[in-house]
Amino acid sequence: MTSVRESAGSAPPSGAGEGPVIEAVGLGRDFVLSEGPFLRRRRRVVSAVSDVTLTVRPGEIVGYLGPNGAGKSSTMKMLTGILTPTRGHLRVAGLEPSRQRTRLAGRIGVVFGQRTTLWWDLPLRDSLALTRHLYRVPAADHARRLAELTELLELGPFLATPVRQLSLGQRMRGDLTAALLHGPRLLVLDEPTIGLDVVSKSTIREFLLRLNGEEGTTILLTTHDLGDVERLCERVVVIDRGRKAYDGGLDGLRASVPAPRVLVVDLASPVGPVRVEGARCVRVEGPRQWLELSDNPAAVIARVADRHEVADLTLREPDIEGVVAALYRGEAAGNRTP
Amino acid sequence: MADARVPVFRPVRAYLLLAGTWCRALAQYPASLVMMTLATSLGVFAEISAVLIVFGHAGRLEGFSLAEGLLVAGLAATAFGCADMLLGNVENLGEHIRSGTLDVMLVRPVPPLVQLATDRFAPRRLGRIVPGTVIIAVALVLCDIDWTPGRVLMLPVLLVSGTAICSAVWVVGACLQFFVTGAREAANSITYGGQALTEYPLAVFGRDVVRAATFVLPLAFVTWQPALYLLDRPDPTGLPDGLRFATPLVAVVSCLAAAACWRFGLRHYRSTGS
Repeated sequence: MTSVRESAGSAPPSGAGEGPVIEAVGLGRDFVLSEGPFLRRRRRVVSAVSDVTLTVRPGEIVGYLGPNGAGKSSTMKMLTGILTPTRGHLRVAGLEPSRQRTRLAGRIGVVFGQRTTLWWDLPLRDSLALTRHLYRVPAADHARRLAELTELLELGPFLATPVRQLSLGQRMRGDLTAALLHGPRLLVLDEPTIGLDVVSKSTIREFLLRLNGEEGTTILLTTHDLGDVERLCERVVVIDRGRKAYDGGLDGLRASVPAPRVLVVDLASPVGPVRVEGARCVRVEGPRQWLELSDNPAAVIARVADRHEVADLTLREPDIEGVVAALYRGEAAGNRTP
Repeated sequence: MADARVPVFRPVRAYLLLAGTWCRALAQYPASLVMMTLATSLGVFAEISAVLIVFGHAGRLEGFSLAEGLLVAGLAATAFGCADMLLGNVENLGEHIRSGTLDVMLVRPVPPLVQLATDRFAPRRLGRIVPGTVIIAVALVLCDIDWTPGRVLMLPVLLVSGTAICSAVWVVGACLQFFVTGAREAANSITYGGQALTEYPLAVFGRDVVRAATFVLPLAFVTWQPALYLLDRPDPTGLPDGLRFATPLVAVVSCLAAAACWRFGLRHYRSTGS
């Protein structure tokens, strides 16, 4: 399996002694749409991805976020060689994906949350055995890795079950195993937890963290589940309308969007919306009121307590969901690309 | 290390592996497999009956006797049957594009054409090939053929060439589905329609069809030119007699053209939104 572990071919050596796993410069992909009736058909060029520059170093876990239609999947498809970029420079695991797609496939693992890479009619064990042959993994390596993954992902009870009879959570664990049996250095996950229950999600998240920690596998994932992002990603890249809107740490993402903290106040009795300096009442539900803060919370609490009898209060930090939503709406304080 | 081995055999190995897996899966329902194979054979018998009836009424067609007509029909059934078994599944390309399974094939280290061709590989298609070869054998005995060593050697070459040309037509037809959704029906008109063209001595379809099938879509080289060669006949349509010797060359060129189409299609593949 030396081919899997060999270092990135033409990438310049970095301090770590290994080049980036993903290197994209000015990456773009256009689609030509034909619309209108025949003969009067007009061609319109739509840019799904434009000018995305991105470097992912070995061992990183990067969340690739964006609303539907922002260009997430198109980027993923370019990275894996499915789509040919219209412009820009792209190297993944030292290869040019669209030209060296088949070789690249041996160096990366890909999981699509929406569809399985396993064979629908075969038992999971046979599907994985077939994967071994296609990826040409030596039998001993395969047996060792399969045993490891079977234990970590608890595949034992359903190894003999045909893939079509697996639950979504079981199937996803099977898909992850299939993607990892050949020991890829980069794992690309397209919405890996979509449709899963809380327990399955958590199993997969913990597994990915362990994989990253113990084997140093680089992970790039797209997701709409911000639980995934908060648990897994030290770094997030937000793409909006085909362009990179943010690239950096999760904390930086919070700071980049003016998402105010909210004070939830339970009053002794229901009254009209509270009006105090440094806060704006955004919601009233009986005695409970939500105040958006623009001032120091302590001062606001004192002012509210002065005028009303307060039974209870909680201060809510802006959650990442709100931050990302605000970013999608274009409320970012400015693009930050460290 | 895997990459150091001869890369040419990897697709063949992957093909056999995937096709074998499907065969094993289907072998779990032997009764069903036998029935499907027999049903496929019925199709061949229907086609051959039609040939027998036509020749029974007409006696000779363009100078071809019944036995010679059977030779053409047998070559057609065998070549088309082999191509259908080896690569016929590529016609499902449109479905794979719509459902996104082509994306899955593209991220495996095996050529997608191999995966496409072996997906739901159907051994029942032997039901077309076996009767086809039997008919060729019978016709060869009945026809008055001057068996020179060259002819003996050329017979398998001609069969392989015919299969290769049919396969190329299948692949080119499938490539249309990269650009036009629902192109499958249009593609079928040349794949299955083309097969009907190869079942009879081509001259019966008239000069224009002969020219088109020789120079545009080279179906004339699947059965017509090979039959002329085996029977040592002058070309009744007035094309040069030397053309028949170009059959293997035409097969190679067809395959190269199909491969170029496939690469072009794959490079312009747009995938579906997800």
